[in-house]
Amino acid sequence: MTHVQALIDAIGLGAVYALIAVGIGLVFGVLRIINFAYGQLIMIAAYMLVFTQGWGDVIAILIAVAAAVFASLVMDRAVFRPLRNTSPATVLVATFAVSYLLQNLALLRYTYQNRPVGDSVGVLGGLNQAADIGSLHIRWITFVAIGTGAVALGTIALLLNRTSIGLQMRAAAADFHTARMVGVRANTVIMAAVAISGVLAALSAVILTVQSPQVTNTTGLSETIFVLIGVVVGGMTSLVAATLGGFLIGFANSFLGYELATQGSTSQTAVPFTSGVYLPSVIFVLVIIVLLLRPDGLFVRRGRAPVERV
Amino acid sequence: MRRTVDTLAPLLGPALVVVLFAVIASQTVNAADDVKFRTAIVSVAIVVALYVFIGNSGVLSFGQISFVAVGGFAAGLMTVPSDVKPGVLPDLFPLLRDHSISNAWSLVLAAALGGVFALVVGVPLMRLSGLAAGIATFAVLGITYNILTYWTRIGPGATTLTLIPVTTDYVQATIGALAVIAIAFAYQRSRWGRQLRATREDPAAAQAAGIDVHRQRLGAFVLSGALSGFAGGLLVHLPPGSITTNQVYLDLTFLTLAMLVVGGVHSLWGAVVGALGVSLVNILLQNGENGIDVFGWNITLPQGSSLVGVSIVMLAVLLLRPGGLTGGREFGLPRSLRGRQAGPEPPAPAPEAGV
Repeated sequence: MTHVQALIDAIGLGAVYALIAVGIGLVFGVLRIINFAYGQLIMIAAYMLVFTQGWGDVIAILIAVAAAVFASLVMDRAVFRPLRNTSPATVLVATFAVSYLLQNLALLRYTYQNRPVGDSVGVLGGLNQAADIGSLHIRWITFVAIGTGAVALGTIALLLNRTSIGLQMRAAAADFHTARMVGVRANTVIMAAVAISGVLAALSAVILTVQSPQVTNTTGLSETIFVLIGVVVGGMTSLVAATLGGFLIGFANSFLGYELATQGSTSQTAVPFTSGVYLPSVIFVLVIIVLLLRPDGLFVRRGRAPVERV
Repeated sequence: MRRTVDTLAPLLGPALVVVLFAVIASQTVNAADDVKFRTAIVSVAIVVALYVFIGNSGVLSFGQISFVAVGGFAAGLMTVPSDVKPGVLPDLFPLLRDHSISNAWSLVLAAALGGVFALVVGVPLMRLSGLAAGIATFAVLGITYNILTYWTRIGPGATTLTLIPVTTDYVQATIGALAVIAIAFAYQRSRWGRQLRATREDPAAAQAAGIDVHRQRLGAFVLSGALSGFAGGLLVHLPPGSITTNQVYLDLTFLTLAMLVVGGVHSLWGAVVGALGVSLVNILLQNGENGIDVFGWNITLPQGSSLVGVSIVMLAVLLLRPGGLTGGREFGLPRSLRGRQAGPEPPAPAPEAGV
């Protein structure tokens, strides 16, 4: 493995994380809600791929998309809407509860049947093979991830900048109250954002399940946690900044993971931060440093974000 | 006299509930459920420790469980008898490997380490607020978990730390929880506690009145860290006398935060009610998995359904009462029992500004 290979793999992971970041960022933009249960939308889509095994890849993916969109809309209607005027802490803990509920429901599938946790998925399994380019071994799914990321982000950029609903969504993100006063329909905009975030959850689920074809009740959980950290580091007030933050945390995770694993010590008694097992610590220390230097976000232009003085 | 009772009601109410809970549980509960009820009392200590910072400052922290973890591992590690330690944990630093201390000192050590760790972390981090503070404190939790899981010079690493003396009986759990409640009450009535609560309601106005927001938040963070460490010490001495890093990571963070929010973030009473209420629901549903008699019907819930039930109860409380069960109010005597001097009901606290 060379540095170039590590770089390409890192871009591949960054692309998936960027997709998830857009899904989280869109909902945050219009609703100011951090949806911790976003990972369970990914999980639901992944389980749909399990259940539709043998129906053909296209149908399986379409059903996964439909299920994620439906679950996302239900989540909005059942939880976000009743809590729209409560404190952010309450909403955040409510999304924890939703996340836990869905994870534990999925876990019942295994405890009820008394079998080990996990189902395997075969959708688009061929993409897991590696393409040899010179000395590089790159899995096709890495290219697909980068391509899907680029196409999805481009489509959303067009939607936001060239369509009426996109304009309304941007207006709602800038100032929801004023947007409503000038005739933006709140529920239409919110449903559009929530539905698109569901589509993105399904797309990330497809890519994640090709990369590691085992679906469990915690599928999507750690990705969501990392992306949430990434979008705050990038800057939540702007969708572009949040997306870049998501990409960056995926990229850093993959690239530093390779560097630490190859350069670092392997001893269990080694001083922390010197071996591959301490990758999360290294990432978290970097996150803290960035937050201390740029609390509004790394990619938010200074002076543009609303200033929090304390 | 009546005034004193009114003033102390927010302390005496929760304390009495915890004592009653402990007395009833210790007299009636069978051996199998015993640990669950003792754990419930320890979770009161943890949730009140969380409340000292989150409730008073209005800043959401995901990092307090790292202080529980540090306190717990320190108290556990140092009470494992020193004659068996070199055999089971050969990689430890000699200072940790060749010494052990008593149960009481281990709790002091846990509190001290929790406080010192919170101070080191808090000095830079307390400058942050809102989402940035939430993520930065989560990063602290992640680092603590990661290092505790892999660095075998300071602990058991990825294996289970066992052979910890089981000293948290009902008496120790209850006294511990009462101590944490009393300190939390004393703090919130103190000059510093009131200053911090002022910054929660309106940071700009509090600053204009000369309150140093950073210093007040740091003070509460360190106190909360010390209490969390202490609660970790209580936790580690529960049966079966063992601990892993996964026990003091994400699940405990979410569970204790949920307890606090379900009870009501802004009051000590809320922290106690939330911790005991959620624990009771959890115990009830766990027993349901083993079969329970309800009015002559034997109901057996499928394995794993207790977690589903707890999540549903939490969600239902949040949807029906977004301010928590107590709505952020302290425990108070009914109006008819109060002294004549008592003023009108204070207005309910406004929803906090930031996360």
